[in-house]
Amino acid sequence: MHYEAPIREPLIIGDKSYHDISVEVARPVETKAPRMWWIVFSIAFLLFLWGVGCILYTIGTGIGTWGLNKTVGWAWDITNFVWWVGIGHAGTLISAILLLFRQKWRMSINRSAEAMTIFSVIQAALFPGIHMGRIWVGWWVFPFPNQFGSLWVNFNSPLLWDVFAISTYFTVSLVFWYVGLIPDFAMIRDRAINPVQKHIYKLLSFGWGGRAKHWQRFEELSLVLAGLATPLVLSVHTIVSFDFATSVIPGWHTTIFPPYFVAGAIFSGFAMVQTLLLIVRKVYKMEHYITIQHVEMMNIVIMLTGSIVGVAYITELFMAWYSGVEYEQYAFLNRATGPYWWAYWSMMTCNVFSPQLMWVKKWRTNLVFTFAISIVVNIGMWFERFVIIVTSLHRDYLPSSWSMFSPTFVDIGIFLGTIGFFFVLFLLYTRTFPVIAQAELKTILKSSGENYKKHHTEEEHGEH
Amino acid sequence: MASTEKHPIIKALYDDDDVVLSAVKKVREKGYSVKEVFSPFPIHGLDKAMGLAPTRLSIAGFLYGLAGLTTASVVTYYMMIVDWPQNIGGKPNFTWGLNMPAFVPIMFEMTVFFTAHLMVWTFFMKNKLYPGAKPQNYDPRVTDDKFLMEVELTGEKDELLALLKESGAIEISEAK
Repeated sequence: MHYEAPIREPLIIGDKSYHDISVEVARPVETKAPRMWWIVFSIAFLLFLWGVGCILYTIGTGIGTWGLNKTVGWAWDITNFVWWVGIGHAGTLISAILLLFRQKWRMSINRSAEAMTIFSVIQAALFPGIHMGRIWVGWWVFPFPNQFGSLWVNFNSPLLWDVFAISTYFTVSLVFWYVGLIPDFAMIRDRAINPVQKHIYKLLSFGWGGRAKHWQRFEELSLVLAGLATPLVLSVHTIVSFDFATSVIPGWHTTIFPPYFVAGAIFSGFAMVQTLLLIVRKVYKMEHYITIQHVEMMNIVIMLTGSIVGVAYITELFMAWYSGVEYEQYAFLNRATGPYWWAYWSMMTCNVFSPQLMWVKKWRTNLVFTFAISIVVNIGMWFERFVIIVTSLHRDYLPSSWSMFSPTFVDIGIFLGTIGFFFVLFLLYTRTFPVIAQAELKTILKSSGENYKKHHTEEEHGEH
Repeated sequence: MASTEKHPIIKALYDDDDVVLSAVKKVREKGYSVKEVFSPFPIHGLDKAMGLAPTRLSIAGFLYGLAGLTTASVVTYYMMIVDWPQNIGGKPNFTWGLNMPAFVPIMFEMTVFFTAHLMVWTFFMKNKLYPGAKPQNYDPRVTDDKFLMEVELTGEKDELLALLKESGAIEISEAK
């Protein structure tokens, strides 16, 4: 019943009992924050405040505070938007797609990956909001009956599809995450000694008690939500890519965009999961749950999606040449050899070359190397969006209006601010939420725990 | 006390999921009724062993999805075709049928939105879960590593207690 092939590496290391899992998952919540947490939190909080200041300045003065000009009307705002949405995709991939594929290794990483999804979609949603200029009429993106002669939103527009896709994605990911959190909040509630803490977790756990009928519904709900989240996550980045693909700008008008964007999103998202989890497992001593094997699995996903992204880049170049359209050809020639050549080649090095190093088993199981590559990939994927957006725009059909884009301190400030905001949320999460889906993890202890596996193997050898 | 016969409840605590599962089977074989099992995680096959009916949550989810799809169709039809038809990018909005491909993303997202959210609301309401609700497990150990079975006492008390003891219970008590 709890059998798993001995050839599979254990997913939970050490001699663990169910109680050990509870204790170790609840520990970060029950103990005081280490000094390093406060230092990193303070830095993130300062960045966040700086970002808030830059956003207020933008709203008060106008989009003119950014480096945009008549030719490059979309730059860092949309680059950051796509970058953050893309990062979010890994969380849903881990929690939904890997659930459908019955990949047990997802269980110790899905909680944090989903948290990352929610926090990064928050950052992403900020950018279209402030780019509207008049954020106080931001609700016009929704189809409300109004007094402008009943003028409705345009349901033919990919930008509106984006509104629906991002809001559905954000809210569905949030409830999916929360439903999974309820039994774990209940576990912390039942352990809590401090009355204030007990009360807070009582509120958060919704009175969960672990009744058999409730577990039955819980499992059904998780499965259906995973089934829904799987096409949803693919649709979100597909629709984000439609923002570009349905336009007639050379370099954007291509049918390869949806799969190319989705692969890129998963690629960058897994890199961010690595960055975050390598720190979490070290700081909160979760090495027994987030093992080298987990890191290796994620590196393999990075290698695979990185290769898909590489094929997409090369296909784009080929299609530009093969199409015979000189504007398309120029757009790509300009990307690789024009004034933004450094951005293009940074992208190529970070996204196409670096993940290929993961073919070497020794490297992909090395934590320092993994951490370095995860940062490199995140930088590379930011450059990818910058290259797609700015280099396609800056030399348009009329050479007299060719221009360059240089960010102002406000552009930089808002971007750094979202990084700060993201880490503020993530750091608060690691101190207050169970960072591992412990209820789910307990279900695989007997099949994938090191002690149980060893026991099974010994029994087998005894029989023969 | 609406029910005609109310039996006392015996609570048996276990410390292993396999043991509680076999205990549920044994107790039911002897003709007792298992009222409830509290566990820290879902136990595979427990619902069948307890004789619980399959959940109808996904049927509800399917209906919610249909509602979402219908809403999206009606909204796009009314707003884009009936109320204010426009010619956008040389593609006039004359009929919903011809313009429908452009509405597929909206229809898909609304279907997912309705299904997911309404299912979660249904899940919370059916399970009586809401912020601030009193914890449904009176024994706090069942969210950690213990498993609690509630059995209705219908026959001889000593016989049931012996059966529970034999099934591997580590603690047996009578509910108030």
